[in-house]
Amino acid sequence: MTVSAPPIEIEDLHKSFGELEVLRGVDLSVTTGEVICIIGPSGSGKSTLLRCVNLLEVPSAGRVLIEGYDITDPETDVDEVRAKIGMVFQQFNLFPHLTVLKNLTIAQRKVLGRATDEAISVAEAMLSRVGLADKRDEYPIRLSGGQQQRVAIARSLCMNPDMMLFDEPTSALDPELIDEVLDVMRALADEGMTMLIVTHEMRFAKQVADRVLFIDEGVIQEQGPPSDVLENPKNERTRRFLRAVEH
Amino acid sequence: MRRAEIRRRVIYVATIILLVVLAFTIDWQQLQQSFFQPDIIKAMFPDVILIGAKNTIIYTTLAFSFGLVLALFLALMKRSTIGPYRWFATGYIELFRGLPALITIILVAFGLPLALGIRIPGGTLGKGTLGLGLVAGAYMAETIRAGIEAVPRGQMEAARSLGMPKSTAMTYIILPQAFRIIIPPLTNELVLLIKDTSLLFVIGTTPLSKELTKFARDFMTSTQNATPLTVVAFMYLLITLPMTFLVQRLERKAGKGR
Ligand SMILES: Nc1ncnc2c1ncn2[C@@H]1O[C@H](COP(=O)(O)OP(=O)(O)O)[C@@H](O)[C@H]1O
Ligand SMILES: [Mg+2]
Repeated sequence: MTVSAPPIEIEDLHKSFGELEVLRGVDLSVTTGEVICIIGPSGSGKSTLLRCVNLLEVPSAGRVLIEGYDITDPETDVDEVRAKIGMVFQQFNLFPHLTVLKNLTIAQRKVLGRATDEAISVAEAMLSRVGLADKRDEYPIRLSGGQQQRVAIARSLCMNPDMMLFDEPTSALDPELIDEVLDVMRALADEGMTMLIVTHEMRFAKQVADRVLFIDEGVIQEQGPPSDVLENPKNERTRRFLRAVEH
Repeated sequence: MRRAEIRRRVIYVATIILLVVLAFTIDWQQLQQSFFQPDIIKAMFPDVILIGAKNTIIYTTLAFSFGLVLALFLALMKRSTIGPYRWFATGYIELFRGLPALITIILVAFGLPLALGIRIPGGTLGKGTLGLGLVAGAYMAETIRAGIEAVPRGQMEAARSLGMPKSTAMTYIILPQAFRIIIPPLTNELVLLIKDTSLLFVIGTTPLSKELTKFARDFMTSTQNATPLTVVAFMYLLITLPMTFLVQRLERKAGKGR
């Protein structure tokens, strides 16, 4: 791996589900520490793009390079690559049969081979970071949506990821719980985490994003700093989309 | 509303009349002599428990354990991306669910030794456990598969995105949740299996390896009386009824939890 290899590099990515062509040629290069917000109408392929980055979906054509490694190459150890990429889901996907602490230690122990003591101290540190140190022995069902999502973020952080993917992390939350999750994400961005975030929170995107991508019909229609894309969009589709979400 | 009420009363009255008629026509003396002879009941104890019930429980436990392991492999094979694994699992499951359990038991106990010269070790215990387990495995495979599929897809995705290989995710994330979901149906399978051990009387047993049904039959032959049947019927109920209640409780609890 060369030092200069960008965390994520996507070349001419295509993805079809049967007849349906969801991604029709996406190119994207993400630099270290960059925070990218992805916006676009529902069904435009935002989730699919994110899921192709850690191979939850297998691309139909094109290449995805993670830190220089082509993960679409059958020779690549996908599990090793995935451990470097944190993923946060709209539905949290905490493991309901495990306590918060076990949610955070299981992959450390089974994937990274950390000793239990070490895994626990890492988990406790990450829980403090998201402000939930006192919830370590609770089961996920006992937590609010906002707390569950913060635990999910902490769970990813325990693996020391080099980058994080967020797929609408606040869309399943009651409005009053959104900010506690966004605050955690904002802190992560400030610390220099490389982040790819699918979101409908335009105010958050304006504050935090280095770059905003507008995706529609499976291609990036427009991209640039938030001040351009969100405040002075050039593309007619972008303008129409932003008008629609603002009302 | 009114007609339903009338119909219900007619049924109640008819039932009472039937019971009264039965009470007068039945020869109670005869009934008691055939099914409830105190001497025979006394003679059956303690062997009915120390041999019959004990063996029934041993056969059930072993066949269930073997069947469960087999079922787990079959369920995973049935979900495999590798074609031949899937075909084998499907073929196996359909075959052993399609055949009467008695045929499988006879096949294992007599068919295999005759046809291939294979002797199943362990006597009745070996043959019985193998025959019953092969059948139970086929049924439980479908139960386990349903359990795995009832775990939300996001669980596997979250586990994989943390870097867990598929087998690790299965072992620590998916299967523990799947088994929690299928405890009630698995307990049902266990109850069915307890009753199916009665089929083992066909393989012929030594005095010490008789299960409840064989025990009762032999006692019936020697006493020329049906009382032994009554006794083992009670024995079966004593084992199965608490389990059936347990299943109902578990199902109610699961219904509430979700
Ligand atoms: N596994 C799948 N099988 C079939 N179609 C899918 C699958 N995943 C997504 N799609 C379809 O692909 C399109 C894009 O989905 P998605 O990437 O989830 O959009 P977005 O996240 O932008 O709302 C949608 O029409 C969706 O129905
Ligand atoms: Mg989506």
